[in-house]
Amino acid sequence: EDSAMLSSALRGRGGTLGRSLPRLFSSQPAGALNSLDIEHFASIIGGHNVVTDAQELEVYNTDWMRKYRGNSKVALRPGSTADVSAILMHCNERRIPVVPQGGNTGLVGGSVPVDDEVVVSLSRMNQVLSLDEHAGNLICQSGCVLESLQNYVWERGYTMPLDLGAKGSCQIGGNIATNAGGLRYLRYGSLHGTVLGLEVVLADGTVLDNLSALRKDNTGYDLKQLFIGSEGTLGIITACAMALPRAPKSIQLAYLGCDSYEAVLQTFASAKRDLGEVLSAIEFLDRESLELVAGHAEGFRDPLEHKCRHYMLVELSGSNEAHDVEKLEAFLEGVMDDGYVRDGTVASSADQSAHIWSIREGITEALSKSGRVYKYDVSIPLDQLYSLVEVMRDRLAPVGAEVSGFGHLGDGNLHLNIHTPGVFHKVDAVQDAIEPYVFEWIAERRGSISAEHGVGVMKPPFLHMSKSAGMIDMMRGIKKMLDPNGILNPHKVLPPLQAALNERAA
Amino acid sequence: WASGAFTLPALRQALRATGVRSAVSATHVRHMKVLVGVKRVIDYAVKIRVKPDKSAVETANVKMSMNPFDEIAVEEAVRLKEQKVATEVVAVSVGPTASQEQLRTALAMGADRAVHVVTDEEMLPLNVAKVFAALVAKEQPSLVVLGKQAIDDDANQTGQMLAALLGWPQGAFASKLTVADGKLQVTREVDGGLETLGMSLPAIVTADLRLNEPRYATLPNIMKAKKKAIDKTTPKELGVTMKKHLTTLKVNEPPTRSAGIKVESIEQLMDKLKNEAKVI
Repeated sequence: EDSAMLSSALRGRGGTLGRSLPRLFSSQPAGALNSLDIEHFASIIGGHNVVTDAQELEVYNTDWMRKYRGNSKVALRPGSTADVSAILMHCNERRIPVVPQGGNTGLVGGSVPVDDEVVVSLSRMNQVLSLDEHAGNLICQSGCVLESLQNYVWERGYTMPLDLGAKGSCQIGGNIATNAGGLRYLRYGSLHGTVLGLEVVLADGTVLDNLSALRKDNTGYDLKQLFIGSEGTLGIITACAMALPRAPKSIQLAYLGCDSYEAVLQTFASAKRDLGEVLSAIEFLDRESLELVAGHAEGFRDPLEHKCRHYMLVELSGSNEAHDVEKLEAFLEGVMDDGYVRDGTVASSADQSAHIWSIREGITEALSKSGRVYKYDVSIPLDQLYSLVEVMRDRLAPVGAEVSGFGHLGDGNLHLNIHTPGVFHKVDAVQDAIEPYVFEWIAERRGSISAEHGVGVMKPPFLHMSKSAGMIDMMRGIKKMLDPNGILNPHKVLPPLQAALNERAA
Repeated sequence: WASGAFTLPALRQALRATGVRSAVSATHVRHMKVLVGVKRVIDYAVKIRVKPDKSAVETANVKMSMNPFDEIAVEEAVRLKEQKVATEVVAVSVGPTASQEQLRTALAMGADRAVHVVTDEEMLPLNVAKVFAALVAKEQPSLVVLGKQAIDDDANQTGQMLAALLGWPQGAFASKLTVADGKLQVTREVDGGLETLGMSLPAIVTADLRLNEPRYATLPNIMKAKKKAIDKTTPKELGVTMKKHLTTLKVNEPPTRSAGIKVESIEQLMDKLKNEAKVI
């Protein structure tokens, strides 16, 4: 009776997205989970690591923005690569779809089930396996929380090569699966460069051991690159080897206020020219973003006296404090004399630094508290970056939504956020005013519709705006090869084939 | 002090005997100079390490900043100036060459000028208090504001010792400060709550956490600060010997906290309390 009830409950499809869910690649229908499967999982990882309680499952089923809710009846918490391998082997045979999940901080709905896929959480796999203190190579399991790793390696004289607002919750496996960018991308580059090796479990349970920590190894195709940024659709990352930069001896942070975007661009140009080799971050936020943080963050204090149109954070990381302070002061004198910067401050203690960073890193949370957020993460040519914000602001004023922009100026990456203050449910008028207009605007300028957040479940319909049909077809081919039964994170990243055929026919 | 040979007891006696205090009080109303002490310490956010030889805390390649309570002291002094109660704010630091960075920060926050007493000797509170006393004699401030304690030694002595050396009233752990008619009202945070003292000027105040929230030094002020003067001197020039009357024998890290454990039964709990924690 139990298994029958479970089966029929699980067989219900339709999910909560309110639209039909096309199967991607599998010719067989998705497997329906039954009690035998659950017993089998329990025999692999222990009954207490199989979550079936509805209330506990809420966390696994809901994304950070509370925008996407899945309907999974089972979440699994493996403790080792062998566990993950056994789980996937079984799911592959039974055609049971799975969603790999790390810190569940993704912003495009890629980390939660669409329907009743089984969630495979990597959270228990949080061990550092080794840190080679001479070479600066870290080997760790994929469930390690980024902030924990940062604290661990910092004590030993190293820093993680990426940093993002979600660091307290996000896990390195998820960071790698999404090719996360973050605040220090400008200095340390992409995970495609800093990840030295990966251990990945493939759809059929095969463990791909490419966990070498060699900096240089040109022996055949660099397979790990496929998995970096694959968003859990080609394999489950279980461990990684990363090249770590040395922790900087001197960190300087300047917080600047500019009166126009033009001034911001000029300041940026001066920064690159005068501070080039020691720059570690250049971020910007508009006044609207600052006011959001002011309104919703506890303990907020405006470091500046004047209200400016835009604000910038310029961070230097170097090996010699005296040199860097001198460079910074020369740069600041220059931009003030030239009139690009109206006001600003230099953090004089780690406390002040932390507070200034909390302004930039607190915008996302402040937005969530303020109302429903329609979030877009785009790459566009630098000189037009803020134009998009202004265009959308005009377009959305009639439907009562507010627009703010901030982001990684140094990487040409704008986080465009539209929100409805005080209104927490989706408003169709707002959604329709944004999409597909915003993607078309970006496509016209040959930008990217997803600079760093990834595709998830949010952007597959728009992928063709940044990647050609030929490229998407090749992606499908690779997906088919690595996951013939389509069990890994279905409905994510790649647009459904039928939709694509319609697109081409039209 | 022109002859360079005065002693502190003599100075104190002289100040008391001649009834200079009342005359000085009147002067303080017209021309209120505030002296503020700033100390260069390891930044509050840094994880402290002990040197392998356990002789001291590691300071090489470690981020240094102004003592947080001194930031509060500087802020208070600058506010007094903005309220037109003080006429001049002089920031003082006793310390190595690098301490001038902290003086620059104080100047950027609004101090008018700075005095750097350069020394590489250990900053023992009594010696620092003696240096300040000598500077007080030179600068003739109406008010000296110090941080209540430095976060490296947590001594909480310099302000009090200075008051005793000078025979001046003191308001330590100040959470509120008002000046009116040449008199000072200090609200102090004490164990039982808040205590408000009235005292005449000149006086010593030590700043506690809730006295104010220090401002960020903004760029125009940072640039202006570069033009402000930092006068250099040494303890010797001020007639003070930095006598080493305390020797640190050893510095140890605090014992690491062991992980908590869960017990399965009352019996296990009793066993652990009896045999491991040895509390019953």
